[in-house]
Amino acid sequence: MKDHYQLLVIGAGPAGLAAAAEAARLGLDVALVDEQKAPGGQIYRNVGSIQEPVSTYLGKDYLRGKPLVEEFLQSGATYINSASVWYLDERLETGLLIDGASHFITAERLILATGAQERPMPLPGWQLPGVMTAGAGQILLKSAAMIPSRRVVLAGSGPLLLLIAWQYLQVGVKIGAIIDTTPGSGFSKLLPYLPRALPAFDYLLKGLSFILAIKKAGIPVYKAVADLRAEGHESLESVSFTTGLGDGNKRTEIDMEAETLLLHQGVIPNLRLPLAAGCELEWDALQQSWKIVKDIWGQSSVDQVLVAGDCAGIVGARAGELQGRLCALQAAHQLKKIDLQPRDRAATRIKRSLQRHLSIRPFLDTLYPPAKAYQLPDDETLVCRCEEVNAGQIREAARMGCVGPNQVKAFTRCGMGPCQGCLCGSTVSALIADETGASMEQVGYFRVRPPFKPITLGELANT
Amino acid sequence: MFRLVDETSVDTLKLSIEGREYDVPVGISVAAAVLLCGITRLRNTPVSGSPRLPYCMMGICFDCLMTIDGFPNQQACQLEVRENMTIEIQQGAAELLQQR
Amino acid sequence: MEYDFIVAGGGLVGSSIAYGLARQKYKVAVLDGGDRSFRASRGNFGLVWVQGKGWDYAPYAQWTGQAADLWPQFVAELVNETGVEIDYQRSGGMHFCLNEAEWREREREMEMVRQHTGGAFEYEMLDHDRLQQQIPQVSNTVLGASYSPQDGHVNPLYLLQALQQGMDAHQVHYYPNQSIDRIEAKQGGFYTHSTEGTLSAEKVVLCAGLDNRRLGEMLGMDIPVVVDRGQIMITERLQPFLNLPTLHVRQTAEGTVQIGYSHEDVGLDDGTSPSVLKKIARRAVLMFPFLARVQLVRAWGALRIMTPDHNPIYQQSTDCPGAFTVTCHSGVTLAAMHSGPVAEWIGGSSRPDLINQFSTDRFNVSPG
Repeated sequence: MKDHYQLLVIGAGPAGLAAAAEAARLGLDVALVDEQKAPGGQIYRNVGSIQEPVSTYLGKDYLRGKPLVEEFLQSGATYINSASVWYLDERLETGLLIDGASHFITAERLILATGAQERPMPLPGWQLPGVMTAGAGQILLKSAAMIPSRRVVLAGSGPLLLLIAWQYLQVGVKIGAIIDTTPGSGFSKLLPYLPRALPAFDYLLKGLSFILAIKKAGIPVYKAVADLRAEGHESLESVSFTTGLGDGNKRTEIDMEAETLLLHQGVIPNLRLPLAAGCELEWDALQQSWKIVKDIWGQSSVDQVLVAGDCAGIVGARAGELQGRLCALQAAHQLKKIDLQPRDRAATRIKRSLQRHLSIRPFLDTLYPPAKAYQLPDDETLVCRCEEVNAGQIREAARMGCVGPNQVKAFTRCGMGPCQGCLCGSTVSALIADETGASMEQVGYFRVRPPFKPITLGELANT
Repeated sequence: MFRLVDETSVDTLKLSIEGREYDVPVGISVAAAVLLCGITRLRNTPVSGSPRLPYCMMGICFDCLMTIDGFPNQQACQLEVRENMTIEIQQGAAELLQQR
Repeated sequence: MEYDFIVAGGGLVGSSIAYGLARQKYKVAVLDGGDRSFRASRGNFGLVWVQGKGWDYAPYAQWTGQAADLWPQFVAELVNETGVEIDYQRSGGMHFCLNEAEWREREREMEMVRQHTGGAFEYEMLDHDRLQQQIPQVSNTVLGASYSPQDGHVNPLYLLQALQQGMDAHQVHYYPNQSIDRIEAKQGGFYTHSTEGTLSAEKVVLCAGLDNRRLGEMLGMDIPVVVDRGQIMITERLQPFLNLPTLHVRQTAEGTVQIGYSHEDVGLDDGTSPSVLKKIARRAVLMFPFLARVQLVRAWGALRIMTPDHNPIYQQSTDCPGAFTVTCHSGVTLAAMHSGPVAEWIGGSSRPDLINQFSTDRFNVSPG
């Protein structure tokens, strides 16, 4: 590892792997930094060493990560694994923590590809032992070949929830129920997006095949769900909710035993490093999430910083990979490794393919909007899991005159704990906007500050 | 709570959780090991003392903080199991460790 | 006129003044900044601090001592009115000295403060053994410490919250998200033009921190403000080990450890820098070796509002009588003074003896 590279890529998911491989091919002196031991990010986690039979259960889309990892490993890019980025600021000083030692690296260009996290789904009891994210369930399957041993209930909305249900079915996991919290969006809202989505018809077919498999397995699927709660004393004992079609129809109350509840309502960008670098943010009303302002090449509002993949706005693994390649082309052009024309020639095919993979997004975003109830939870629901601050306290601070999340945080401690707002940030801003009538853009987001990964004072003192 | 897909042909190592010995697969995270061993809580929060287990498994939620080999507040989902590792429930705020 | 007073600025200084004025039954409006404004009030260390302050300016030593003495009563009333607990403790405080030179310098300053206050300021210089009796975790490299029983600490964020609740309880109109374009003095009153529109009042008080220089010019006041960045870190929660604050290390009621401090002249940049954080961490680990194994949760920079001589400015405009400013960096320690005697002075009911010593005239003395 050197202390300076022409290009530093952060994150070894599809976008980062593609960016680093492409950049190395273009002759840039590039290093890729990642916190995991092996390349792949969350989506292709452990794909390089996955064993049968789990690899089969995970499916074709997962195995697509294999050639990408291969391409990266053979590209000549420097791979700095098991390294967490604990520091980054607007002067783009990048602090890495490797094996308890802190190092600083500089680069002429930075490509941030830090991926996504699951959208927090605050509901009563979500802090109980036994309640996890669907993504956590998948990580256990990918990296530890582990599955729930007894009755698992899946709740929420979105493609990943269907995917893990399908994967669990392949392995033979007993799924107690799927609780679909997707608000009834109605076909009419979807129609405008359908023609645009048709080029990515394979996405639609895949989703359909999951739904059919779930139906065929006879797993109860509850729709039009409200009042979802995780219940139990020291740990999860049951899941309760009401179901029914509204409009005066009678709602049925359901209370089912469960030992494990996996929650999911889509993914949102992992914004911390782009924000630390000073990249501008904008609100995406369709995705109901923040994203980083960028152009088609991934150029952010900060000259030396490019952003690729889900960290800049949710696009999915395939599109992320293509964005990574475009970033690399642009960085290579900026650093005078490739002229304008060859850059554009190389980009043509990538851009066309990117268009196809992006075309499905508005359709998916409209099909699976996050339910209001878990963006604006009831007063007694915990929003900040670290400092144990509930939605009522946040509303009260907003009523007192706090106009943004940073002031709310000062008065309530919401977001001050070890996760530094990763699990409450989106909810806090939404609650303030709802309470004050301001737009999300007016309300804004938490100010991010280092460290971005745990570091001890001793490690810092010896930097 | 969680089990292995295939319980045969797995290399294992020994570690202890709350003083009890367990055999767990090589290469998994401490948080995965905790779930595999059927532990029902891995910490009590410093705010209310309420019990927690892993939530996100990807290093962002900090709900899987445990005392590992004597070091408090370690992210169990980000650490791989090692032979003879000593894993303890994190009880509230961290203890002070004297620097040697 | 809609209001008796408009207070520009809703940080610790503005909120203390507004709260104090409203308690005198004045009708008060506060124009506050937004969520991302430079806010010294959200970045500070939480010390109610006497020791060492004003060693080079006797009125400030006396002023600070009086403020700290007002605190217990101030807190009692504030908590009683608002129900907000602010974790105040007059625990005494320490300043560690790592070597002989630091110790001698410190002892000299402490003695000067004692003399300036006619003996009202009490302190002791503790050698290493006596220090270690009080704080067993302190490292052997710490030579000793200055100690004053008159120091204390508080949660500065809860203090701000309590003051805002107090304002609310006394019907202060609080306008957040304001940026003030202009303040006019006309028709025997003042007109503020801000995001909210135009508001009018008999009198106006500038408590806008770094913005006071700009606003002061509109009202015939030359308010010299200097930016001074400090960086602070906070750790994970620890079991209690430090029952009184030190100037560099303080354990909060929650158990987290706040570590400071630094002074930098970097303009309007409230970011952090690795080299300064490293220096702060080093000093903390030198003082408390066990901290080496403690994890950092957050580091931040905040901008202090400094005056050229570091002492507060209390001034009424001579060009525009009725326009006041309170400009200072010790918004926590002086909160008790600001909500009490200073608010009464601005309200017109009394005049603290020392107030003249803090006018801007002191910057205009031509060199003899």
